[in-house]
Amino acid sequence: MRRTARRALLLLAVCCGGMAAWSAAAGGQNEPASPPPAPGSSAPGPGASALVNHGRDLYAQSCAGCHGDDLRGRKGQGPPLVGAGTAAVDFYLSTGRMPIDNPTDEPVRADPVYSRSDIDALVAYVGAFGGPAIPAAHPERGSVARGKEAFTERCAGCHQVVARGGIVTGAFVPALTDVTPRQLAEAVRVGPYLMPKFTERQVGQGELDDMAAYLRYQRNPDDRGGWGIGHLGPVPEGLVAWLLAGTLLLGVVRLLGERAP
Amino acid sequence: MKALARLAFLAGAVRALRRRRPPRATEDDADAVDLPRRELPNDRRAEAAVAILLVVGGLLAAGFGVLVVADPQTQLLGGVLAAALACVGAALGLASKRVVVQEVDVEERHPPRAEDEARLIEELKAGGEGISRRRVLIGAAGVACCGLAGAVVLPVTGLGPALGDAPNRTPWRRGKRLVDARTQAPLKVDDLEIGSFQSALPEGASPEDLGAPVAVVRVDPRALRLPPERRDWAPEGFVAYSQICTHAACAVTLFRYPVYEDTSKGPALVCPCHYSTFDVLRAADPIFGPAARPLAQLPLAIAADRTLVAAGPLSGSVGPSYWGVKPSSPSTHARGSLPPRGGAPWA
Amino acid sequence: MGLTDDAVDPVRFVDERLGASSLARRALRYVFPEHWSFLLGEVALYSFAFLVLSGTYLAFFFSPDIEPHQTYAGPFRELVGFSVTPAYDSVLRLSSTVPAGLMVRQAHHWAALVFVVAMVAHLARTFFTAAFRKPREVIWMFGVLLLGVGVFEGFAGYSLPDDLLSGMGLGIAYSVALAVPLLGGALGALLWGGEYPGSGVIESRLYIAHVFVVPAIMALLIVLHLALVARHHHTQFPGPGRRERNTVGNPMWPGYALRSLGLMLLVFAVLVGLGGLVQINPIWQWGPYEINRATNGAQPDWYLGWLIGGLRIMPPLEIRVWGKTLVPNPFWGGALFPTVVFAYLMAHPWIESRLTRDRAPHHLLDRPRDHPWRTAFGAAFLTWVGSIFFAGSSDRLFYQVGIDYEAQVHVYRVLVVVLPIVVFVATKAVCDELRRTRAAPALGGPPTVVRRRPDNAFEELRE
Repeated sequence: MRRTARRALLLLAVCCGGMAAWSAAAGGQNEPASPPPAPGSSAPGPGASALVNHGRDLYAQSCAGCHGDDLRGRKGQGPPLVGAGTAAVDFYLSTGRMPIDNPTDEPVRADPVYSRSDIDALVAYVGAFGGPAIPAAHPERGSVARGKEAFTERCAGCHQVVARGGIVTGAFVPALTDVTPRQLAEAVRVGPYLMPKFTERQVGQGELDDMAAYLRYQRNPDDRGGWGIGHLGPVPEGLVAWLLAGTLLLGVVRLLGERAP
Repeated sequence: MKALARLAFLAGAVRALRRRRPPRATEDDADAVDLPRRELPNDRRAEAAVAILLVVGGLLAAGFGVLVVADPQTQLLGGVLAAALACVGAALGLASKRVVVQEVDVEERHPPRAEDEARLIEELKAGGEGISRRRVLIGAAGVACCGLAGAVVLPVTGLGPALGDAPNRTPWRRGKRLVDARTQAPLKVDDLEIGSFQSALPEGASPEDLGAPVAVVRVDPRALRLPPERRDWAPEGFVAYSQICTHAACAVTLFRYPVYEDTSKGPALVCPCHYSTFDVLRAADPIFGPAARPLAQLPLAIAADRTLVAAGPLSGSVGPSYWGVKPSSPSTHARGSLPPRGGAPWA
Repeated sequence: MGLTDDAVDPVRFVDERLGASSLARRALRYVFPEHWSFLLGEVALYSFAFLVLSGTYLAFFFSPDIEPHQTYAGPFRELVGFSVTPAYDSVLRLSSTVPAGLMVRQAHHWAALVFVVAMVAHLARTFFTAAFRKPREVIWMFGVLLLGVGVFEGFAGYSLPDDLLSGMGLGIAYSVALAVPLLGGALGALLWGGEYPGSGVIESRLYIAHVFVVPAIMALLIVLHLALVARHHHTQFPGPGRRERNTVGNPMWPGYALRSLGLMLLVFAVLVGLGGLVQINPIWQWGPYEINRATNGAQPDWYLGWLIGGLRIMPPLEIRVWGKTLVPNPFWGGALFPTVVFAYLMAHPWIESRLTRDRAPHHLLDRPRDHPWRTAFGAAFLTWVGSIFFAGSSDRLFYQVGIDYEAQVHVYRVLVVVLPIVVFVATKAVCDELRRTRAAPALGGPPTVVRRRPDNAFEELRE
């Protein structure tokens, strides 16, 4: 009963995500990407929609400081966004990774600063400067087992095999338990921060769907053994052995044995 | 300052320890206690509790037996059996402390006596009486022992062939095609963009071979800082290194490639076991962690059908170091042959 | 009635055939001095017993083969279609379709972790109370040996299921074997039957080692350990009526036997409870091992964490001569470090008796404070090993608290040297202070009263 409800909710979320992606992508395509804006001008063109204008205002307020008024970046502050594409913008904003206070910090997942409509506006504005469109992933079309195999080979080195995150020297690698299929697809194609990127020829749409199915599955992994203690393997297991079993047995030993020598 | 802190800590510790225990009589009255002691319990409530615990434990244990047959669900099984064992264990513990006779007994120790030892030595010596050529016999026995030990130990070498040159042999040859490690599809130049990473094997190789897997990454060719003799090993920015860490043989499956190098670390391959970090732009030079040798590099070439092929064998030994390992040039031998690190764009 | 006298009187029946009644009577009157900390070794003993029992059950269902690969088609949805080895497949079957298989498998694994925890606690108790002194040096050495063999036994078991973690662990172990100066190549090839993963004989060798050779060695060591303990009788804390020449305590029958059996069942209860309720080593989540696959932050079971710590924080030092590698890097953290630790532990009773020139037999225990040098040294030694142990999990710590990993490694490289010194000084000072003030938290020594003098200084009054 609860599971069906959860599935229905997820499906709904996926549908909404897909529609948003479609509309954003369509919005991006509507904008004239062919005439690139003249350097120094931040206007995507005179025919810009209200959405793009709203995005331009938001950009000027919060993004231009590091990424430059003309989206060409500022040395040591932020990379250029010309050609970054809608996928990158949507990924960074919808996961709350941008905006960031200190440009040398690692952008980490947080509650998004902007509302969905503001994000759409920024996506439309930056997307107007060209770049890849927002991709999609469909977990319901994928296979969990094939996804596990692909994920283990391509992703587990950094993200850990059950997607609980980890580290690479120089960066924190996020857990992927609360990632939406769309964000997964964006990250795979864009390669945010220190992550490598994967082209459509390397990781096809089918494989992407498989990975999305695997990630959805691992949100609530098969814990037939009992309490999953974080799905991190031997470190929490050692903690349980020392702290839980150790305390219990110490209590037993203190009860059975004499306290005073 | 430090001394003060130490004193404060000590005073606190001592006070805490003192407060915990009420003072007791001194130990000088040791001989006054009556030992051995024997007290007969008469605790009917404890007896009842033990009986109840035993019965409950027995029922639970029987329940476990039923569950194994009827519905073996791990949590239920563990919980029921643990409860059964805990009940019976608690019953025994309680019986030990409340139900049976409480005794403190004294047992004398019996240290070994010198006269026993002397007698033993005499006995041992007596066994050798009447032997005239003692030394010859001892020497001969020594030979027999060594021979027998050898007969037992030397066959151990039959357990394994000598490692010999194995880590220096890899299936990579000039012209070998690189294939996707999972799908076995040939790797095409256009499959990877700058900032992409792919695990690859030589076509038709055994996946069990340490020398087989390589990490293929594509970087901006202008950023590459390979030593001069390796200039043409990386066509169009494709570089390939052995995927087996030179520290402890884990698969180097982490590739970090920055979106924006000014605010983050540069491109590197990283091992997930002990986080040895290899600079992909500079011939996999180890820049952090315990690895002391670069990963062996595979020279690449692009075939006419735009697939990636090996342009030669790996540049050095694969995997962990040992006496016979062939250190991969250049940086182990001649660090100076690499361009200065300042040349890297993020440095 | 038709029954003979023999059946009516079982004691006589047995005694007439074994003639052991005087021995048995002595055993029943064997006296156990009482203190809760003396039971830590029993926890280890009963964990071992549980390992043997549960391991026997598991061995009925486990297959050590790694050939031929087969396609998985079982109840674990995430693995359907994977190419798996018979070893991995058999553990998956144990974890799904064998009745109580997963519960027993998990309890077995928990028992292994708890076994080593109990051995370490027992070792620390023995060290800090100086129970290792003459005539018990050999008992101590058997105990240290048991710890080392137990750690190896655990690693062998961890390596059997042929999942991703065990494959990575075997690769690291292979590298450590190779790293032994000069002989490493031959040693690795000998143990692994060639290059790793190569022929795959290591799995069958580890299997026979894990289920037969090593447990037999451990059982023998335990028998020797306990037989010698019984020969010398237990040590005891000083107290009323307790002398070097006697033991005062609870006789085996009936009190102590019941208590010890109760402890055994309660240890079993904890292990079975964990086995049923807390998931351990879910190999279906890790997936099978392939040479080019790895998972972030792979770790061994805790009792090898100190070695991974040693491997991780070791600077990239290799000694090379004539273009050959004399000392490969994993040697330092993976081989030299544990060798030093175990060799020192083995030698400690002899070293201490030489330094203190105390060659007399001791049956009364020391309170830790009474020998500040020993206690401080032991605390520093534990800190040294412990800080390297914690360094081994600093990647997870980095993930949890967000401290840069590289910075952590640099800090640990300093801490493993500095921290033991600090702990040594602090422990010694605490011991000296406790001795001086005669505060007796553990024993209930004479009370002390502190009074403020008219000049505002404090003075101590003794009764």
